[in-house]
Amino acid sequence: MSRRPSADVDPEGMTMTTESGGKTAARLRRLVSVAPRKRGKATRRLSAALRMLAALVFAGGLYMAVAPASSAADNPPLSRQAEDGKALFDQNCISCHGSNAQGVDGRGPSLIGVGSASVEFQVTTGRMPAARQEAQVPRKRPFWGGEELDNNAKALGQYIQELGGGPQLPAGTDFASQGDIARGGELFRINCASCHAFSAGGGALSSGKYAPSLKEATDREMYAAMLTGPQNMPVFGDNQLTPQQKTDIIAYVQGMKSDQDPGGWGLGRFGPVTEGLAIFLVGIVALVFATLWIAGKS
Amino acid sequence: MKRRKFDVKALPAATANAVDERFKAAGPIRGLLNKVFPDHWSFLLGEIALFSFIILLLTGTFLTLFFDPSMTEVIYNGAYAPLRGQAMSHAYATSLDISFAVRGGLIVRQMHHWAALLFLAAIVVHMFRIFFTGAFRKPRELNWIIGLLLFWLGFLEGFAGYSLPDDALSGTGLRIATGIMLSIPIIGTWVTTSLFGGEFPGHVILDRLYIAHVLLVPGILLALITVHVGLVFVQKHTQWPGPGRTNSNVVGERMFPRYAIKQGGFFMLVFAVVAFLGGLFQINPIWLFGPYRAAVVSAGSQPDWYVMFLDGSTRLMPAWELRFSLFGHGYTLPAIFWPTVVLPGILTVLPLIYPFIEARKNRDTSRHNLLNRPRDVPQRTALGMMAVSFYVVLLVSGGNDIIADKFHISLNAMTWAGRIAILVVPPLAYYITHRIALGLQQHDREVLAHGVETGIIKRLPNGAFVEIHQPLAPVDEHGHPAHLDYVGWTVPRKMNRLGALGPAIRGFFRPIERPAPPPPPPALPAKERDKIDA
Repeated sequence: MSRRPSADVDPEGMTMTTESGGKTAARLRRLVSVAPRKRGKATRRLSAALRMLAALVFAGGLYMAVAPASSAADNPPLSRQAEDGKALFDQNCISCHGSNAQGVDGRGPSLIGVGSASVEFQVTTGRMPAARQEAQVPRKRPFWGGEELDNNAKALGQYIQELGGGPQLPAGTDFASQGDIARGGELFRINCASCHAFSAGGGALSSGKYAPSLKEATDREMYAAMLTGPQNMPVFGDNQLTPQQKTDIIAYVQGMKSDQDPGGWGLGRFGPVTEGLAIFLVGIVALVFATLWIAGKS
Repeated sequence: MKRRKFDVKALPAATANAVDERFKAAGPIRGLLNKVFPDHWSFLLGEIALFSFIILLLTGTFLTLFFDPSMTEVIYNGAYAPLRGQAMSHAYATSLDISFAVRGGLIVRQMHHWAALLFLAAIVVHMFRIFFTGAFRKPRELNWIIGLLLFWLGFLEGFAGYSLPDDALSGTGLRIATGIMLSIPIIGTWVTTSLFGGEFPGHVILDRLYIAHVLLVPGILLALITVHVGLVFVQKHTQWPGPGRTNSNVVGERMFPRYAIKQGGFFMLVFAVVAFLGGLFQINPIWLFGPYRAAVVSAGSQPDWYVMFLDGSTRLMPAWELRFSLFGHGYTLPAIFWPTVVLPGILTVLPLIYPFIEARKNRDTSRHNLLNRPRDVPQRTALGMMAVSFYVVLLVSGGNDIIADKFHISLNAMTWAGRIAILVVPPLAYYITHRIALGLQQHDREVLAHGVETGIIKRLPNGAFVEIHQPLAPVDEHGHPAHLDYVGWTVPRKMNRLGALGPAIRGFFRPIERPAPPPPPPALPAKERDKIDA
């Protein structure tokens, strides 16, 4: 098959070569004879070709000038901390979040642009690495402990931050002391209580999802959660809740958690459900025993 | 001057005589004090409700001294720091002051709330007792109806009280109540706007709820409770069947002194339990809910337990909205109408007419002063358990978000479980209760025919094992016990409880009398005793 066309072409080529000398001579003659009429068009074409060539050279040159820079952005020199983070990432996170944190379809999302705040929240609350795929990743004992956890979370955060940018947490571990509790309370009731409940004890969402209890949440975790909106939580960016308002809310939640219940045992602060349970389990049971006792007296 | 002799001993008699000469009170009071009440623990459940009501009146009066139902907006500057500087209604501010600034205010508020929960819980438990023992039968149908009205009035009273502090939770409850009223076809809008004086929330609703809560409803409650208890005096209390008890007598203790003393003591016990709850268990922490704003709806917003079954029915109801046009106007019948207006309507009417339905079915026109044991009327007991299980499924569904969250169950799964359970569980409860009642009946008949199990197993010469039964009646010459009729009361089941009316050894927590020591064994020869010691 491959030989046949070449066999076909060859005789044609032969004929072309035999005829070509006369034909081009005729063409050239014609070109020369009509030259005074077509001269303007030819120069236009020539200059267009030249300009095209110049543009191509320029674009090529530009590409040559820029290309090294962009290849440097793909593999930037990571800071030392981020290098540590990358090592941790490649060991613990890569199976779901993919190489360079680009995500794996159906397993884990891309982490480009989530920022170090998100990484710190997920790692320090033990949510990441996740045990399994489910409606919501629960808080659990963190993968690392103590100082190692802090360092590793910071390193991973730095790596993700340098990889794709995103929201970052302010420095410090104590935000609560800088907040206004009363204003924070109002903001909490409007923005947070509809899921986390008035007592910050958490509440159910649809299909097994839930707003977790804030009982164990630290100042930094709460700040990070508001800033990054983990899992089913909406993002409260700085244009929705200013940093000061976030601090106020943290102050209110921490204040409420450390407040003792003035009325006695708080029954878990779940509201009327546990109160109803208590009136039957404590009130009615105690009084039924009282009736048994007093009716038995004779 | 002669000193007049003053006889202290004659003073009570002289005073009573003076009163009687003027008011002719001796006759009626003698009748009252000599009134005989049968004694059984289950007859005291209604008293829990009565005593809770008295506690509610006492604590409520204290609260009115410091509460102002005004909806005027004020800036809070009181003792509770996390709410300082917040705009709120004066009603909420005074509720906070009762909790934090008034001496003893918090415990009284909490006792009031716990007593309210106890009042309705005791009403429900008391109602179960009345139903399952057939105490609602002729001649007491009217008292059954009054009791049901008392429940619904208590329900309204409780809801009004729950709404008064104007915290975020009570405002949410009031908003839901508005939605329920609006769902009533044709009149809903008019009812709501006239109640609220315009749109929700308006400026008058707290004043109106307040006067309903402290005067109107308690007044009706008090009047109905008086009639309820008065009818018990007039119609006499029912009693369990038993030795010496017939349909036309009452066996028990006289009102004075023993019964009155017992009731006084029981009131103290109820008060103690309410004070214990109010002092040790926090209820309705309004300071955590914050002032009511339309935008503030917390997760886990539930009504108090007696309203929770309506919340549950609403959660289980599919979103079936009907739209139709009538007389050229378009109407919408929202889904909430069925579980919150129609269902309570059915739940009111069905129990109201139940005594008459049962009497008609049994063609029963006689008067009943003796109670039924639940096992002896299997159909009624099974129907009752069916109703109870229906109510419990709704009640649990009312808190299904809390259960879903705390036990890590999907909320959707809880809702569907409730929808299936509301259809499956009540018939199942009917069947199981019916079988249990029949089984208990059969066992009673067995004991009457063969006697009490002694626990002594005898081996017959042919190798078979039989348990020896102690016959309850004298035996004939063949050893067969004489026939005994079932009299509708406890049949002894254990050897140490042969008396039908109670344990042989008295004492509730531990025996108050020691059984006589067993007679010493017959003296043995000294030598043999030594042998045993060795």
